[in-house]
Amino acid sequence: MTIKKRPAGPALISLSNVQKHYGDYHALRGITLEIGQGEFFSLLGPSGCGKTTLLRTIAGFEDYDSGTVMISERDMRGVPANKRPTNMVFQSYAIFPHLTVLENVAFGLRKSPMSKAEKRAAAEAALEMVGLKGYGHRAAHALSGGQRQRVALARALVLKPKVLLLDEPLSALDRKMREQMQVELIKLQREVGITFILVTHDQEEALVMSDRIAVMFEGEIAQCDDPEVLYRRPKSKRVADFIGVMNFLPATCREEGGKRLVSVAGLGEAEVAADQSPEGFPQGAGSVGFRPETLTLLYEGQVASHREAPAVIEEVVYYGDMTYYDVRFEGVDKTVRISMRNIFGRDVLDVGATVRVSWSPGALVVFKEGS
Amino acid sequence: MRIGERLHQFFRSEKGVGLLLVSPTALYALLLLAVPLIAIFAISFLTQTGVRDFEPGLSLVNYREALTDPLYRQLMLRSLMVSGLVTLITVLLAFPIAYFVSFGVKPEHKSLWIFLITIPFWTSYLIRVFLWKVILGYNGVLNSGLQAVGLIDEPLTFILYNVNAVVITLAHAYAPFAILPIFVALEKIDRSLLEASRDLGESRTMTFLRVTLPLAAPGVVAAVLIVFIPTIGDYVTPRLVGGPGGLMIANMIQTQFLRLNNAPLGATLAVLAMLIVAVISILFLILGHRAAGGGKANGGRK
Amino acid sequence: MKSLKAYAILYLVFLYAPIFLLPLFAFNSSTIIAFPLENFTTEWFTQLLTLTEMHGALLNSLKIAVTSAVLATVLGVFAAMAATRYSFPGQKGIMGFIMLPLVLPEIIVAVSLLIVILRMGFDTGAWSVIAGHTLICTPFAIAILQSAFASLDPSLEEAAYDLGETPASAFRLVTLPLVMPGIISALLISFTISMDEFIIAFFLTGSDPTLPVYLFSMLRFPKLLPAVMALGTILVVLSVLLITIAEFFRRRGAKRAGLKDTGGFL
Repeated sequence: MTIKKRPAGPALISLSNVQKHYGDYHALRGITLEIGQGEFFSLLGPSGCGKTTLLRTIAGFEDYDSGTVMISERDMRGVPANKRPTNMVFQSYAIFPHLTVLENVAFGLRKSPMSKAEKRAAAEAALEMVGLKGYGHRAAHALSGGQRQRVALARALVLKPKVLLLDEPLSALDRKMREQMQVELIKLQREVGITFILVTHDQEEALVMSDRIAVMFEGEIAQCDDPEVLYRRPKSKRVADFIGVMNFLPATCREEGGKRLVSVAGLGEAEVAADQSPEGFPQGAGSVGFRPETLTLLYEGQVASHREAPAVIEEVVYYGDMTYYDVRFEGVDKTVRISMRNIFGRDVLDVGATVRVSWSPGALVVFKEGS
Repeated sequence: MRIGERLHQFFRSEKGVGLLLVSPTALYALLLLAVPLIAIFAISFLTQTGVRDFEPGLSLVNYREALTDPLYRQLMLRSLMVSGLVTLITVLLAFPIAYFVSFGVKPEHKSLWIFLITIPFWTSYLIRVFLWKVILGYNGVLNSGLQAVGLIDEPLTFILYNVNAVVITLAHAYAPFAILPIFVALEKIDRSLLEASRDLGESRTMTFLRVTLPLAAPGVVAAVLIVFIPTIGDYVTPRLVGGPGGLMIANMIQTQFLRLNNAPLGATLAVLAMLIVAVISILFLILGHRAAGGGKANGGRK
Repeated sequence: MKSLKAYAILYLVFLYAPIFLLPLFAFNSSTIIAFPLENFTTEWFTQLLTLTEMHGALLNSLKIAVTSAVLATVLGVFAAMAATRYSFPGQKGIMGFIMLPLVLPEIIVAVSLLIVILRMGFDTGAWSVIAGHTLICTPFAIAILQSAFASLDPSLEEAAYDLGETPASAFRLVTLPLVMPGIISALLISFTISMDEFIIAFFLTGSDPTLPVYLFSMLRFPKLLPAVMALGTILVVLSVLLITIAEFFRRRGAKRAGLKDTGGFL
């Protein structure tokens, strides 16, 4: 499932220079961010990067030292969690074990002016929406992981929040269930049209589900872009490394007559476009990165679509649908990973074979930092 | 920042809320435990002159008396010996039970066993001690039973109104205290550690000695302390089944306070008993820590 | 394991032997507490009805036990919440000190409280026994409540805030119902401890004895011993009943919180 970036609506949430310390620990280092109406937004990063803290700051569970958090153009400083137009799906789901499924879903409606029957109808509608029609009278502690998650979703959505916050909601599920829920969550989000903010450490999950992703390291946003840009044009080697696999080779960079030229070890010289160096074009030593699928091993008789370079296969890893080859280009002391789809009738090559590798200058990303 | 504002912020922080919440209980313990303990320590340096009067000035007279008078020395030594013996017996008898419940009982039956073991603890201590008197007495259950069976002709006399009776009765009373901490420690042992040991070539016995026992050590240490410390101050058991030769330090403390109206000497005996217990416990903790391999053996799950 | 099981059963017999003897003698017509048993009688139970002093002691004990149980449980809730939900400076020391009465010989607690009370010019009485019993029951209440609070997912309360409740209403709607079994269990255990406690009551009770203090004085009169057996039987049955109810609530609490039962109070 691919998702095209949708035009972001007017900013619903805007954070500016949000700072947060836990004692000496600097948890959030000046977060500035705008999230649009109806957007599916992900906060992605390794554990301890501050993504959950940021989510909890938006929810109102964490104080921040300075900066502003605005939701619907209203400053949220001092507004407690129970007064914010946000609702949360907790990592543990936090289903109240002493209540039934229906009582859980209707929990937040206690103070609403609706009549008892209306509340019940609203809760049942929410249950139906998440595919749990008829589960209302079950005891909450008897539910499976996937069902608990659906209850948590229904419980939050029944209040029609402006923003739904999801804290690693899929991490407790097994792989199959997780993939199914990813699709369901996307559909649900389109259906209700509410802004979703998802915290995850799983880059694949973020790529699949989000309109935009903010990658966070050490309390800072390293890059905030839509999934395709993030994958194809990562702004730093760290982002590139965190999202998928990227090969790096040392390169020498120079500008000549308005042309940006890189001379890559083992590959030769190529011209790159302006958007291929998102952190700025370096002068002199730098490095280039390229994804494994942008390289192709050429079989007998095949012609390179762009450029080609000779290499020796050092390692072959067979994955069923894919084969990964670690190859070494001439004159380079490190290997480069190439991923090839296994097509019927095409043999898997052996270690030690000398091959021609096709590469395209347009797939390169130039980094300032050496490799 | 103003002090008021700072205080306000502190009491909204996690630390502040925690302190605020614990303060009623902590204050209660401070007033009704810390203050009295300090008071008893202070009074041990005074000397009684009248019914409620003390001689002005501090002195070590009571300590000299408590440490030199053979009567007090004997009571103190006997109390130590009795608690030491009770601790040894209770823990030795308790370990197999704890081991059995942890390793030999189906998980769904464990809580039933623990429940059964703890129930007697919740029944009247006084009655239980008195029943031992009934069991161990000259015409008691044990003697009349043994005589009826024909195992003995004359009633046994060495089992009541002496130290033996005190030890038996206390060992019975403190049994659950010893079982529970050992059981908890055994329960925490990751079962795959035992499998790993077998897999690495150790026999069942050696696995027990090299893996189970060291990992259960914290539980054994806790059991020892939880039995040893309170038993030394036991009053009821020596009073009811100990006879004159089985009395312990707590009986003397009571006598000093309520009969002889010599609170300072009673306080001195109490302070000394606590000090001795504390020193022995700390020594034991250090030894136990070393025996468990010092800091490196942080075995088991937390 | 088989020989261990046999040993475990023998051990249980040893643990229960004294308690099983109680009813035998309570219903035995002989005035001497020894074998062989004579005839069945309920005389000793009816004799209890005539011991008016004992009735006063019972009432006094009930009053003390109820008050101590409530106080200890309230103090226990505060401390257990603080210890499981928050980390605060000096936590280990403060909690360790609060739990100290668990191992401290009761006679130490008794004499030190007695000294302070007399020095301050107060008279001992039911109130001082309550003060002492609250002190020794609180650690037990904390031990029970701590596991009740610890088994509570902290995000449950957050979820309640998030769904619009205030901290107070979240506590009432979510936390309280979930720890209620723990609270009941703590109340019952504290009540049982206070009802049975002798030493502190012996030192601090003043002129109105508690039931155990009265019982202790009964032990000096051989002709009252069969009645002691009868009273003991009733007390043991009641204790076992209360503890069983407490255990029931503790387990229900664990089940509600969706935990597997690991057994045991402490």
